[in-house]
Formats: sequence, structure tokens, C-alpha cells
Amino acid sequence: MKNGLANTRWTLLNTFCNGVLALVFAIPAHAALEVEISGGGAVQIPVAILPMTEAANVQGKNRLHEIISNDLRSSGLFRIINTGGMPALPTTASQIKYTDWTALKAQGLSLGEVQQAPNGTLKVSVQVMDVLRQTPLLQQTYTVSASQYRHAAHLIADQIYEKFTGQPGAFATRIAYVTKVGKRFTLQIADYDGFNAQTLVSSNEPIISPAWSPDGNRMAYVSFEKKKPIVFVQSLYTGERKAVANFKGNNSAPAWAPDGSKLAVVLTYGANSQIYTISADGSNLQQVTKSSSIDTEPAFSPDGQFIYFSSDRGGRPQIYKVPATGGSASRVTFEGAYNVSPRFSPDGKYLTYIRNDSGAFKVAVQDLGSGEVKLLSNGSQDESPSFAPNARTIMYATRVGGRGTLATVTVDGLVRQRLSEAGGDIREPAWGPASAVPK
Amino acid sequence: MKNNLWTIAALALVLSACKSTPMNPAKVEDSSVTRPVATNQGNANDNAANTDKIDIKTVDVDTSKDQLDAGELAKRQIFFDYDSDAIREEYKGLVANHAKYLTSHPQAKVVLQGNTDERGTHEYNLALGQRRSVAVKNALNVLGVSDSQIETVSYGEERAKQNCADDDCFQHDRRVDVVYAGQ
Repeated sequence: MKNGLANTRWTLLNTFCNGVLALVFAIPAHAALEVEISGGGAVQIPVAILPMTEAANVQGKNRLHEIISNDLRSSGLFRIINTGGMPALPTTASQIKYTDWTALKAQGLSLGEVQQAPNGTLKVSVQVMDVLRQTPLLQQTYTVSASQYRHAAHLIADQIYEKFTGQPGAFATRIAYVTKVGKRFTLQIADYDGFNAQTLVSSNEPIISPAWSPDGNRMAYVSFEKKKPIVFVQSLYTGERKAVANFKGNNSAPAWAPDGSKLAVVLTYGANSQIYTISADGSNLQQVTKSSSIDTEPAFSPDGQFIYFSSDRGGRPQIYKVPATGGSASRVTFEGAYNVSPRFSPDGKYLTYIRNDSGAFKVAVQDLGSGEVKLLSNGSQDESPSFAPNARTIMYATRVGGRGTLATVTVDGLVRQRLSEAGGDIREPAWGPASAVPK
Repeated sequence: MKNNLWTIAALALVLSACKSTPMNPAKVEDSSVTRPVATNQGNANDNAANTDKIDIKTVDVDTSKDQLDAGELAKRQIFFDYDSDAIREEYKGLVANHAKYLTSHPQAKVVLQGNTDERGTHEYNLALGQRRSVAVKNALNVLGVSDSQIETVSYGEERAKQNCADDDCFQHDRRVDVVYAGQ
């Protein structure tokens, strides 16, 4: 019952664009979120996130206002106002002296309280004020189980993020990844910040390519437990587990159709990798690509009409697309000699993939409207990019000091974070859909 | 701050794995099994990956362990150049020896496991490793080995050394392993 990610948390380090100021936040043991903000001109919204009124017996190791503050700060879009020098902090809206907060240039202020019901559930009431207009921006009550304390904080952070930026947040989201500690491979899911890690499956043989079902209830992945790659689908909540593709040769690279009814998989039989679709119960196998080249790493377009994939049919690997029911493929990437691992943003506006740039594997993002491509990472072995549900951030695997580490970068390249696993490797990240929340 | 449902789901998984009854390997070895046990079938209870795999030794009248483990047939690794699936001249003899054994032992089955170095993505490397195992299969086919005796699979970069600094190190990972069923 070893929880391999017990020591995994984001480590936090702010580096501003001029490189002069480095601010390290003190976060409790093992919890450290590393945020590098670079690129210059990033406007940060000043907000005051005040301690909520909560009895000592309901408080988490990190209190709600601390978790909310960390979320907002890690986005790179907010500056959390230090209230350490304030003589008394308001605990209700009627106690707010707005001149105190305008003097501190606060644009927003949040406060609230947590009440525990006799059955143990928590009622979290939050108020967010527009300091300049002196009006409420948000008044909301969340009823959660005691174990969803951090989740409640992430939900509030998402609301504050959306009120001030106009875009949905992605703090109340989950990620999947594989850790390798010694010879043990473990597929885990955790909150986006590395907390609440849970093991889905572990093995002495490799596990790769986790893929969330669109409803967030199932995980497809490749396990080598039978000395060959086989695609499994596992229900997160019942533990029910099924080999959905176990044919002669390799079975790999599962990717869900947007409606969750089927998967694209890569099979080989006795030849090269080719793309097929198969129902989530393992029935109705259909071949999609028919080439003598490598066709792999399928990804459905968000409308379900196309499968994008990596292929070396033109010599070097490039990304192509083919109708999801089969047909002729057309090339998608033209810049760079080597582009693989396509993944869509949930809104369908961007494609992220890995480019081999003179021997270094880096994360690229392509605006599918304009065709513009940007390189977003500067590692040498970056891989497995996937988008946050709000399409703002991409998570990928990188290597730091010879160890596998997860990293995020925003689509504009301005904000970066890292997540590492103490004493082991962490790789193959997959950011869950918005529906993949604790249940 | 654990979510109870997660804990229950994880616990259920672990418990279901615990239900798997480990096989007694000595028992299997003692019985005079004359039929190869396909290594990818396993025990019906053994469907949870977190059960440690127990290697089952199979005795096959046609696949004499002594013969396979001695002499030229004991050579089981074919190495490749970077980004290449061409079988080098120096390994053609090795391939021919295995072809000779397989054609003269039609019950023998072999798994060709392709491998790559760690550079590149896991899935693309899986496909590259597969291309190498297919290259060896094609060479065996040319020498008369039936497809029914061969399975080509790939481990991609999953067994590669990490943090190689030079090509001598990477070279070790670019290979096909020849694995006989029951071994």
C-alpha cells in the first residue's frame, strides 16, 4: 500500500523576467510549487485572500486561504497581497474598511467561513468583493465532505480566477502520471498540484500512455505485465479492469473518442504500427490507417471527425490527420524535421506536439487557425504534452538532473512550473478533463 | 486529506490483487509438462498488474533447454545502428542459426522483442522497436520460418538505460532480443 507520490509536490520559486528577484514561498514539508514567471510585461492582479473563519478541528494542514493563494499565485496572473502588517483582518463583508485595501492597491478581496455539520460535511461560504466598486463579485456556498477540503479551495480559486480574468480556471482538476521508483512502475492520479495522489495500478513491468476517458471515470493505459504491450481500461471508482486490446504483437497508444464510446489504439500484428479504433468494451475493431510506414500516437480532434497521428510515411516523422473512419491522410506539420505526439486543446484551437529541434526534444504549440508554431520548452528530452481543461496550460514530462520531472507551461510561454518525485522518476503525464474531479 | 472514495477504490484494487493466488513454481517444474504454456496467458486470477510475476519454466520436448542455451543458439541479441532497422552483416549468422532451429523444431515459438534507446517519445520508440523486430521476423521468414512460430513485439525505450552520455551506451539499447516461449 505504498503511496509512491507521498513526497511529490510542486516546488515553488518565482523568477521575474529580469532575473533579479527570486521569491521562494514557504510551503509545508514536501509541498513546494515551482513557478518561474518569464517573458516580461505580465500584469498581475493584486488580490487579498483573507483567512476564513474556521474552527481548528476542520482546518487542513494548509488552510483554505493558503491553498487558494497558492493556486492564484501559481497561475502567474495574480499577486497575493501580504496582510501580515494589518492590525485586524475583517472576517465578514460588513467589517471591510475599503480605504485600507485601496491603499494596498487590492482589486479583489475574499473572506468567508467554514462550518461543520453534525454528519461531518463542511459548508464553505465564500465572499469575493470588488474592492474598487465596493460590491460583491461572488457569494457562494460549497458543501463538501471533510476529505474534499483542498478541492473546495481549488473550486473557490477557479471562481476567483474566472471573475478576474474572464477565463475558466483549472485548479480543481486532476492529473495522471507514471512514477518509477526502483524497478516499480506506478500509475497514479492526483490533484493538479500533486496532492491527494492515489495509485491506480502498479507493476514491475512498464506502464505507459495513460489516457483519461472524457467523463473522467476511466483510464486507458498500456501495461507490459504480460511481457508485451497490452491496452487496458480501468474504472477509477470500481477498480474494474479489462484488456480491451490484446492482439498478437503490440497494443498501445490508447486515445479516447470525444464521446467516450471508443478508443483509437495502435496494433502491429506481425508488421508495423497501424491505427485502429475499438469500442471501449473491446468489440468492433476497425482499421483506420493502412500503410507500410509507422503510424502511431493517435489523437481524436475534439469534434471526433479526425484522428491526428505521427507517421514517418514521408521519411521523417511528421503529424498527419485522417478521417476517424479511415481514408486518405493529409500532412499537418511542415516546420521542423521531426514532429510527434499530437494532442489537442479541449477547445480545438491549438495542437501541441513534440519537435526534435537539432537533437533536443521540445514542446511545440501550433495555432490551428493561423498555423503559427511556437516552441514552448527548452529541455532536451521533453515529451507527453497534454492540455489543461481550460486550454491555457500544457503539462509535459522533462528531465532535470537526470530525473524524470513534470513541468507545465502556459500557451503564451510566460508561466512555468515543475513537479518532481522524491527518489524516483515521474513521467507520462495526462491532464484530466474538467469532469475528472474527486467524487 | 484523502478522498474516501479514492481510498476505497485504491484499496479495492489492492485487495483484488491480493486475491490472486501465487503459483508454486516448483510444482510446475516438477510436472512433466510437454506442451508450452504461452507466457502471455498467465493464471486466470493473475489479472492485476500489481501481482509480482512468477516466471513459469516450461519443459517442451521439442525445445530442449540444453540445446538452446548452448553454442550459437545462446546468442540472442541483435544490435542496430541509430535510426536503422537494417540487420548488420555480423548478425546474419545468428539469425540463420535461429532460423535453422525453428524450421527443424516446428513446435518451437519465439518472441522477438524490439528495443530502442531512450531518445524520443515512449510511443514513437515503441513503434521504432517494432520495426526492428519485424526486420528480424522478415529475415527469419526468408529462411523458411513460419509466421505462426513468431510473435513480434516491442518494448520501445522501456528497458533502455537512462542518461546515456555517448553512443557506446545508446548502442546497447538498440537491439532485438530473441526469446523462446517457455524460457
